Amino acid sequence: MVSDTALGANPDPLASSDDPNRRDFIHIVTGAAAVGAVVSLAWPFIDQMNPAADTLALAQIEFDLTKVQEGQQVVVKWRGKPLFVRYRTPKEIAEAVHDDHADLRDPATDESRHKPGKPQWLILIGTCTHLGCVPTFGGGEYGGWFCPCHGSVYDTSGRIRKGPAPKNLAVPDYSFLSDTKIKVG
Amino acid sequence: MSGHSTYEPKTGFERWLDMRLPIIRLAYDSAITFPTPKNLNYWWTFGGILALCLGIQIVTGIVLAMHYVPHVDYAFNSVERIMRDVNYGWLIRYMHASGASMFFLAVYVHIFRGLYYGSYKAPREVLWILGCIIYLLMMATAFMGYVLPWGQMSFHGAVVITNLLGAFPLVGNAITTWLWGGFAVDDPTLNRFFSLHYLLPFVIAGVVALHIWALHVPGNNNPTGVNVKSKADTVPFHPYYTVKDSFAIALFLILFAFFVFWFPNALLAPDNSVRANPLVTPQHIVPEWYFLPFYAMLRSVPNKLGGVITMFGAIALLFVLPWIDTSKVRSMRYRPTMRLYFFIFIAVCLVLGWCGAHEPADAVIPNVTTFTLGDYDLNSMVWLSRVATLYYLAYFLIITPVMGLTETPLPIPESISEPVLSHPASGPVAAAAATKKG
Repeated sequence: MVSDTALGANPDPLASSDDPNRRDFIHIVTGAAAVGAVVSLAWPFIDQMNPAADTLALAQIEFDLTKVQEGQQVVVKWRGKPLFVRYRTPKEIAEAVHDDHADLRDPATDESRHKPGKPQWLILIGTCTHLGCVPTFGGGEYGGWFCPCHGSVYDTSGRIRKGPAPKNLAVPDYSFLSDTKIKVG
Repeated sequence: MSGHSTYEPKTGFERWLDMRLPIIRLAYDSAITFPTPKNLNYWWTFGGILALCLGIQIVTGIVLAMHYVPHVDYAFNSVERIMRDVNYGWLIRYMHASGASMFFLAVYVHIFRGLYYGSYKAPREVLWILGCIIYLLMMATAFMGYVLPWGQMSFHGAVVITNLLGAFPLVGNAITTWLWGGFAVDDPTLNRFFSLHYLLPFVIAGVVALHIWALHVPGNNNPTGVNVKSKADTVPFHPYYTVKDSFAIALFLILFAFFVFWFPNALLAPDNSVRANPLVTPQHIVPEWYFLPFYAMLRSVPNKLGGVITMFGAIALLFVLPWIDTSKVRSMRYRPTMRLYFFIFIAVCLVLGWCGAHEPADAVIPNVTTFTLGDYDLNSMVWLSRVATLYYLAYFLIITPVMGLTETPLPIPESISEPVLSHPASGPVAAAAATKKG
């Protein structure tokens, strides 16, 4: 293959630009290697901006539910964001269940938004799904939350009912360690 | 533009340097002898004013960085320390904070000047696009700078703006996490914003150099929009425009000093004097005044992605304007109908800014309730900003291309000198030219 090219009809690389020869091959390979090197070196410089290991390590918290009174909400910080822990009244739960089949922008039943058998505990990430402001507890016409930034209204299940937000308040990964203690993250 | 240089080195050192690095020749040709249309009015002085603004921001910013600490636990206190303890820290910080507003004020005048006189049209498209890039860089720099004091508005402004990018499908969340360096705006975010806030002004300075280079190839546009035909149409940049620019700069600095010394907090939000609290959003969150029109556009669309696209699209339209505009006439001085639409356009931009400063549901006419149209009462800021946003978009997408094809422009003068020489003190054109003497 190599001798074939070297002894072929085109020994002088400058004589013709039609046939690829060994010098063209070297140019292409060198160029490709340089591009590959730059691209693979670019990744560390991009990825360094993603969450660092110590940021990821701090991503779990435990919370004692006895601190919350019925009808109240406690806000704790989790991953730098507010976490809503809401102890719902039977009336609030009933309202949420009643609206399960209303015209919802992001349809979800109330049951899918709490742990089985614990409808009174609503655990939500407290950032509006529009642009991340912190909605106000008890505000808006559905008695859930009202976002002061751009007027999104959430119901007592944290579902978006009105305003510019596209999605329901997010439910984080959490589990009950005991009847009165949860672990989030 | 002149093609040949008239610089003659006078001393032995200048001759020696000129053979090696002709930097004095470059400065002489571009700032002393550069042939400039003789009819430039005061709207043309804002380029020089903007260069000064950039210089002020860089100098005051470098000094502030000597005292500022980019850490969530210390940032707010370090800014308070600058204000109370650092020698003249209050002055330097107020110059920097007011300077940002002055910079945007000047850049908006400069942009509207370019729109009115058709300075974006051939052969100045690249000059215009470089200007648009500078404007984008200014917005990014201003936004990141506003985050640094780590007050309530700093923090929640950063949350809202970075969440804009989360609107994009599929990759949105990955982008915001990457920007934040965590799961929320936090210490890593503050650190990188400080780094970039320090970097970007120098990038702006680089693009400004390209902007001036691109200006010096075709030369300045002028209020008539007519090309320079002969040397008689021009005067040397120095002393004519160095003096005129200096006078305008002096006036501008009076306004600047007025804000720095008398109303340093007029353009700042009181909420930003409260340390950032990620758990409580201020009841009334608004950006700085220079972002308000875009903020109103964002809120006018009842869909997150749609709002973000509208907002970015409003800026993107500026980039393609040279190819949207079908009119061959540069200056709106000779386009009476288009001029009317342009003045409405300015009013609409101001109305959008006014809407952006209010809550979406606020009544435009106080204490009047009409009827609910869709999601809000018709007499609400959100509906006014919807109408204004539609005009903003229509101005670029419909009015500009259609008017260029259908309007009848006024007669255009043969040369820059002609309107003054042939109609002394008569006719609207001559009168307009006479009031804007060069």
